[in-house]
Amino acid sequence: MRRTSAFNIVTVALGLAFLYLPIVILVIYSFNASRLVTVWGGWSLRWYAELLRDDAMRQAAWASLRIAALSASAATVIGTCAAVALTRMGRFRTRLLFSGMVYAPLVMPEVITGLSLLLLFVAFNADRGFWTIVFAHTTLTMCFVTVVVQARLIGFDRSLEEAAMNLGCPPFKTFLTITLPLILPAIAAGWMLAFSLSLDDLVIASFTTGPGATTLPIRIYSEVRLGVKPEINAICTIFVTVVGLVAVTASLMLKRGAVRRERAAFGARV
Amino acid sequence: MRARAESRSWGARAVLLLPYLWLLLFFLAPFVIVLKISLSQTAIALPPYVPVLDLAAGWQGLTDFFQRLTLEGYRLLASDPIYLLSYLKSLKVAAISTALLLVIGYPIAYGITRSARSLQPLLVMLVVLPFWTSFLIRVYAWINILQRDGLLNDVLLALGIVHTRPEWLSSDTAIYIGMVYSYLPFMVLPLYATLEKMDESLLEAAADLGCPRWKSFWLVTLPLSLPGVAAGSLLCFIPIVGEFVIPDLLGGSQSLMIGQTLWMEFFANRDWPVASAIAVALLALLVLPIVLYERLQRRQLEGLR
Repeated sequence: MRRTSAFNIVTVALGLAFLYLPIVILVIYSFNASRLVTVWGGWSLRWYAELLRDDAMRQAAWASLRIAALSASAATVIGTCAAVALTRMGRFRTRLLFSGMVYAPLVMPEVITGLSLLLLFVAFNADRGFWTIVFAHTTLTMCFVTVVVQARLIGFDRSLEEAAMNLGCPPFKTFLTITLPLILPAIAAGWMLAFSLSLDDLVIASFTTGPGATTLPIRIYSEVRLGVKPEINAICTIFVTVVGLVAVTASLMLKRGAVRRERAAFGARV
Repeated sequence: MRARAESRSWGARAVLLLPYLWLLLFFLAPFVIVLKISLSQTAIALPPYVPVLDLAAGWQGLTDFFQRLTLEGYRLLASDPIYLLSYLKSLKVAAISTALLLVIGYPIAYGITRSARSLQPLLVMLVVLPFWTSFLIRVYAWINILQRDGLLNDVLLALGIVHTRPEWLSSDTAIYIGMVYSYLPFMVLPLYATLEKMDESLLEAAADLGCPRWKSFWLVTLPLSLPGVAAGSLLCFIPIVGEFVIPDLLGGSQSLMIGQTLWMEFFANRDWPVASAIAVALLALLVLPIVLYERLQRRQLEGLR
């Protein structure tokens, strides 16, 4: 009954072309030998060499990577807790407030989140810079981790947990030996999503940063405002490659987790 | 036995309390502070507003604080048409972008569900992948293409569609291109999720009873996919209203979106109370869509009715 019409193939192909063509063009032009970004002057690695000499850009990239790793790790712990609380604790008072606070940051315009976090840090008299960005990014990305982990927690067969508990396994041990291994791929994917979201964020980092802490997007943004430059094409290409690799790994992990889960569920039924 | 039950409740409590307290502190409390500062006055000081709550002064400090709160920030918002125009522009851009996204995203999501089962995960991954790669870079990529001597004009000239190079950047057209491009995964994914779950026997039944395909699409597929349409539209509409990066890099400077106005008040004018008032007003505008979105999200993830 499933019929793939020519129309369907064309729309999907056009949609994917629309999504990928601009990035492909950017990548190709990063290897352009010409200083003029619109004139093709042959292949060259000139702008990558130039990047290596750019200390400010390198420092910004290093700061971004550290912020992303720290905030993604914190967000994974907190976000996983939130997902477990939402799926395994049934009803508790103020549950609505809790789930509201978990889902709202997913759509909240970044200018609002950024401004409000900055004002919080000012109210606490916190030194703004590296750590305030880490806290801000943890808050933003933990909600994405929650959604990813929650989807997995809902998806898998609860009879495994119930069986363990019926056999006298304490809840915490059940969580460690049954639940955690089953949701581990989702947790890993959540970490990677948090990592790449943090690496990517410009608006919230701009609000919550202080003197001395410049992240890669802040640096790229200030360059881009001055116009298109071949060095920026090169740094963007590296950036896209790194994040793309992280993303592909994460989705492969989620997929492998799904296969293993099906097998586990099948084994349990037999 | 008793000790175990006790430890469970403590462990469970910790699992709930950690994210709960974190969100109260870093998500909810900041809004209260924004509200408070939106009622303050600009000052040449650090931080640049008065009054600052002085708890050391005791009761006197507290009453003093409340007496000095003003609605001046909001009065400014209401009196200067710049702000109202920004809000209206943001709503217009968000509405048109969401409509465009729906028109473009629906056929793509539908096409994916119609493709071979084994191919679908790959296609979904290809749609999601750009969401992971940098927002900023994807917008920047369009500057490359849309600039006056960029590729788009090269192609249009070569095809003979235009004879002079039109200006694409710094226009609303460029903003719409950027919005559709950046938010397309957010529209396609929820649509795909609902379309994929649809019971195909319904379509078979319709076909058996002699219903033409366009009609069964209109009478069966489309109504059943409405939750996905709603989720995708909200997921795009809400952040687009407050979007900053896209209009800033691709749009013109004649008319600003509200996210840009907030940014300008904060970073250029250093007027924190007005920036906060803009944020409060923007939030008030978005409360209803956000609540709707949360209900959909909860229903999808928690199976609530």
